[in-house]
Amino acid sequence: MRDLLCDMTKCLQVRGLQIRRNGRALLDVADLTLDGPGPTLLLGPNGAGKSLLLRCLHGLISPDQGRVIQDGAPLGPVHTARQAMVFQQPVLLRRSVSANLDFVLRRQKIARDARKTRIAELLTEGGLEDKARQSARSLSGGEAQRLAILRALATGPETLFLDEPTSALDPSATQMIERMIQRASTRGVRIVMVTHDIGQARRLAADIVMMQGGHVVEHGPAKQVLDAPESEASRRYLAGGLVT
Amino acid sequence: MQGLASEFSLAVALIFEGDSELWAIVLLSLKVSVFAVLISALIGMPVGAALAVARFPGRRSLIVLMNALMGFPPVVVGLLVYLMLSRSGPLGVLELLYTPTAMIIAQVVLVTPIVAALTRQVIEMLAEEYSEQLRSLGVSRLASVPVLLWDARLALVTALLAGFGRAIAEVGAVIIVGGNINHVTRVMTTTIALETSKGNLALALALGAILIGIAVVVNAMVSAASLRAEQEGLRHA
Repeated sequence: MRDLLCDMTKCLQVRGLQIRRNGRALLDVADLTLDGPGPTLLLGPNGAGKSLLLRCLHGLISPDQGRVIQDGAPLGPVHTARQAMVFQQPVLLRRSVSANLDFVLRRQKIARDARKTRIAELLTEGGLEDKARQSARSLSGGEAQRLAILRALATGPETLFLDEPTSALDPSATQMIERMIQRASTRGVRIVMVTHDIGQARRLAADIVMMQGGHVVEHGPAKQVLDAPESEASRRYLAGGLVT
Repeated sequence: MQGLASEFSLAVALIFEGDSELWAIVLLSLKVSVFAVLISALIGMPVGAALAVARFPGRRSLIVLMNALMGFPPVVVGLLVYLMLSRSGPLGVLELLYTPTAMIIAQVVLVTPIVAALTRQVIEMLAEEYSEQLRSLGVSRLASVPVLLWDARLALVTALLAGFGRAIAEVGAVIIVGGNINHVTRVMTTTIALETSKGNLALALALGAILIGIAVVVNAMVSAASLRAEQEGLRHA
């Protein structure tokens, strides 16, 4: 019944997911359902398995056990084609800013004129209008991350995964990225994002998945998890205590 | 000592007075080597890139073989190409022996492993960096090859120039398959060898100076290309 409901609401589900290395479980998520409108933020200390889970959800890593289910079916190329991911360190092609965007639009076989229009729209969206011809490699950290997000959005994803996109950025650059994420979310793109930043979780999250030691220790509405956490691990993390 | 000095001044005169025979030899050398490098690039770059991104049994052994081929003795390559192109050889009917085409073939055999091996190294490093992002964008391993080749273009110029350096300085293989025929297959290196043995040091010295000049220019270009590629990488890091 839950799978059926999930199918109708276009949700992401994780069932018995395990990734083990050298006999140690790096990720062990028995049951997780992301069925809200989002943004969903994965929160937790280093080594909690947040990035690993994100990669599993995007199909970049195949789990040793268990599966990811999207829209009621096991995650496959048809699903991952409707997803996009932005990494902690933006990986930009050694081309101009606009060529980075053109690369993904060409793959969608969009006509040249339509591509030019779309690139202009995207550059405006990311505040990079005056950088179009500049080498993408010469952008600042914040600009590079904005371009990475724009490129991901250019694929027209239903779900956008972001792995700590602002971890190396100053507050001003972080604010610009957060606005882009909020606008994408408002347009209906499901956001699933990893962060260490409790303040950021408070600003962006609709629901929060709290992780520790490869496990999901708590999942619920952001306000509930942040203000009245149920698990001891969540309480300690949110209180700024050491969590291993 | 005086004789040597006069040979030097004669060599300088040959270069700067535009001796037609000398410059014809230089031009043929450049033509043969440039063609050889271009053909090697067409073969070696896709092969190197495919080896960098593909995963299949025996890949490691192929890489070892390719690296070993970089040090293949030129005279042995010349001998093998000679056997292929000689009248009784499988390609004898093409009558290519002792033509510039035969020299290009020999140089292609020598240069392709260099271009392929260097391309593999460059592309493998870039593929490591791009791998997750390209997969996330739905680019398959095979489709990633042209993307990686284009994005590694600066570093690959270094591979091509290294191949050109090997080709232009090559003597053993081209003398076997080219035969060092005057006005037909005589290139800089084979002419230097011949003219030195004949005692015509002026022409040998003039060609030697030009060959060194080309080597210096090629090395300067390699350094510039490497520096530019490095800067591109550093900007990203």
